Amino acid sequence: MIHVQGLHKRFGDTRVLEGVDHMQKAGEVAVLIGPSGCGKSTFLRCLNQLEQADAGTIEIDGLVVGPRADRKTRTELRRRTGMVFQQFHLFPHLTVLGNVIEAPVHVGGMSRADATALAMELLAKVGLGDRAGFHPAQLSGGQQQRVAIARALAMRPRVLLFDEPTSSLDPQLRGEVLTVLRDLAAEGRTMLLVTHEMGLARDIADQVLFFDAGKVAESGPPEQVFGDPLHPRTREFLRGTHS
Amino acid sequence: MTPSRFRALSAPVLVLVLFVLGLFPAPSSSARADSWEGLTNRGVVRWANDAEGGAPYIFHPADDASKLVGFEVEFAEALCSRLGLRSEFVQYNWANLIPGLRQGGNFDIVVAALERTPENLAQVGMSRPYFVFGQQLVARAADTGITSLDGLRGRTVGVLGATLSQRLATEAGAEVRVYDENVNYFRDLELGRIDAVLTDSPIAEVNLRDRPLLRRAGRPFAPGFYAVAVPAGDTRLLERIDGAILELYRDGTLERIYRKHGLWSSEQATIGTWTDSGEAANPVTRPAGGFARWNVYLPILLRAAVTTVWVTCASMALAVAWGLVLAVGRVYGPAPARWFSIAYVEVFRGTPLLLQLYFVYFGLAQQLGWKLSAGAAAVLTLGLNYAANEAENYRAGLQAVPRGQTEAALALGMTPWLTFRRILLPQALRISLPSVTNDFIALFKDSSIVSVIGLVELTKEFLIRALDAGDYLGLGVMTAAIYFAMGWAASAAARAIERRLHP
Ligand SMILES: Nc1ncnc2c1ncn2[C@@H]1O[C@H](COP(=O)(O)OP(=O)(O)O)[C@@H](O)[C@H]1O
Ligand SMILES: [Mg+2]
Repeated sequence: MIHVQGLHKRFGDTRVLEGVDHMQKAGEVAVLIGPSGCGKSTFLRCLNQLEQADAGTIEIDGLVVGPRADRKTRTELRRRTGMVFQQFHLFPHLTVLGNVIEAPVHVGGMSRADATALAMELLAKVGLGDRAGFHPAQLSGGQQQRVAIARALAMRPRVLLFDEPTSSLDPQLRGEVLTVLRDLAAEGRTMLLVTHEMGLARDIADQVLFFDAGKVAESGPPEQVFGDPLHPRTREFLRGTHS
Repeated sequence: MTPSRFRALSAPVLVLVLFVLGLFPAPSSSARADSWEGLTNRGVVRWANDAEGGAPYIFHPADDASKLVGFEVEFAEALCSRLGLRSEFVQYNWANLIPGLRQGGNFDIVVAALERTPENLAQVGMSRPYFVFGQQLVARAADTGITSLDGLRGRTVGVLGATLSQRLATEAGAEVRVYDENVNYFRDLELGRIDAVLTDSPIAEVNLRDRPLLRRAGRPFAPGFYAVAVPAGDTRLLERIDGAILELYRDGTLERIYRKHGLWSSEQATIGTWTDSGEAANPVTRPAGGFARWNVYLPILLRAAVTTVWVTCASMALAVAWGLVLAVGRVYGPAPARWFSIAYVEVFRGTPLLLQLYFVYFGLAQQLGWKLSAGAAAVLTLGLNYAANEAENYRAGLQAVPRGQTEAALALGMTPWLTFRRILLPQALRISLPSVTNDFIALFKDSSIVSVIGLVELTKEFLIRALDAGDYLGLGVMTAAIYFAMGWAASAAARAIERRLHP
């Protein structure tokens, strides 16, 4: 379902991605790990077309986007992916409900009533059915991130991209977001997740990708990557995260 | 006569200053009613006029801008030397000459085409005439229909504020446009913005010389006298001055001076024959201060405030819309749009508003033939000027919206335009609202500058009426209160909007 081949991306002289390959079936969860600055966010941003790769192709459900893809194709790829950011990036001037229905109404052309019904369903799912009328500033970080997840789900993406969704949360607030992530994985959503939560990765990942120096240095099922890493860099990295 | 531009610029401030000064009474003028001895001890007479008065009264000749000439300059110097004293010119805002003389301290006498009217006699001592003038109606040469004041009902006539001309034009039923100096109404007449000018004959005399498009409409009428003003009750000084004027007339000095300026006429004989008919001894009783007659003045001021309100609101609407375009060009536009926006902001912020107003109102009309009405020119200038401020406010607002907002919106599939309209703009406006409110309130006050192109708004009306009523304090308080109320309403509205934006 997802097929990435030879993805390259550089910012000026900084080579960030140097030939990333990745395959993922529908309903699978892939967890991306690796040292800071190794290009994990850039990879997700390329999938979502917030960045444009310099070389390589991205295929999602038969839609192929290469470096010379036209705008329409890239927009379509973006429509197939939903992104959740480390810093939530909720729209502060809109209510929780307003955040969730914004894109369905203004991008998807859904009626307000339908969008509201959908949004309420999604908010209930992330446990915030009673916060629809609040503004983001009135919510805790964990609640905000759950709204951001509902907002991404509202566009019914085929693939969900999470970039360190719990990293900016206090440890006691992470649980509520992790629960939502587990639920989504259990529903069979196709997800790519950058995280430092190794417990979560172990539980929900179908495959773990270890990024190093702009490449996937090692990938495999969690038991293998965590239990018996092949690459010395992976070992080194995992030692660091456990201590 | 041109009161200084400074006044128009800072008039609302002036209102408050006058108010505060009013709380501290000036030293009573009777204490120094007899100034003759002091003058002879000092050996010098300080006479006041406004150098912006223009030809033929007092002006800087084209060939030597450092010199001050004019028939009043020469008369004042002749007068002082006849009194046996040196002459010293003091520059003073024309519209404030009488209050200034009453207050004392800055100058001793006024030689500035002050008319010997009951209104003036009620406030200061006035000499025998040193010049006899008439009211001259001026029209366009092509417009042969206008021959006298009677034919002007419903037509637009330019006059100097607080003068006999203003009163006569108003009484004749004309649509009166009030100016505060005596050159611009001739320009507006040439440009077809007004139908006629009613002014003192010497002003018409000089200004018609190089204006072939204009002509005298009828002969001068309603003779009036220019007289020297001295502090009220200073009879010894007044007698000396009267004597000196008579001598200057009899020995031909006045005729020589006036002929030199092309102003001599048979009417000037009155200077020699004039006798005091007793107006001075029996001055009109001034109505009690403006405050006591608030029921008369308040409605007048409120009507003028309507002009202030619409000029302010229309200008602000233009500034907000155009400022937004500039800000977007600056933040998101391609290089040329960015440069244009930067240059625009710097030029409009870096040059005086007054200059811009003259440029738009007269410059465009004279050079390009775009004859904007005073209202349109006022709104256009204030709007274009304030747009520079608003552009900076919005730019700050747009740049303060975190980058993540754009990314989140784009990631949801929103187009750049949708992202701007739905996500960035509302947040940017919310951030810039306090500065925009500030500007809106400042604009209420800055709008007083448009009085220089003949629009009678609140400050202008205040100045006209305060002069009439001789009460800067009472009317100043009323005017300040109206400005305060307008500014307060504007901030209340802004607070309401802010509450809606920050629920
Ligand atoms: N817009 C950008 N411009 C320049 N350099 C960037 C940009 N985005 C990321 N980088 C650089 O690319 C590298 C990878 O960044 P990132 O993908 O955020 O890493 P990670 O998410 O794995 O920590 C870093 O060195 C970062 O500084
Ligand atoms: Mg990252």
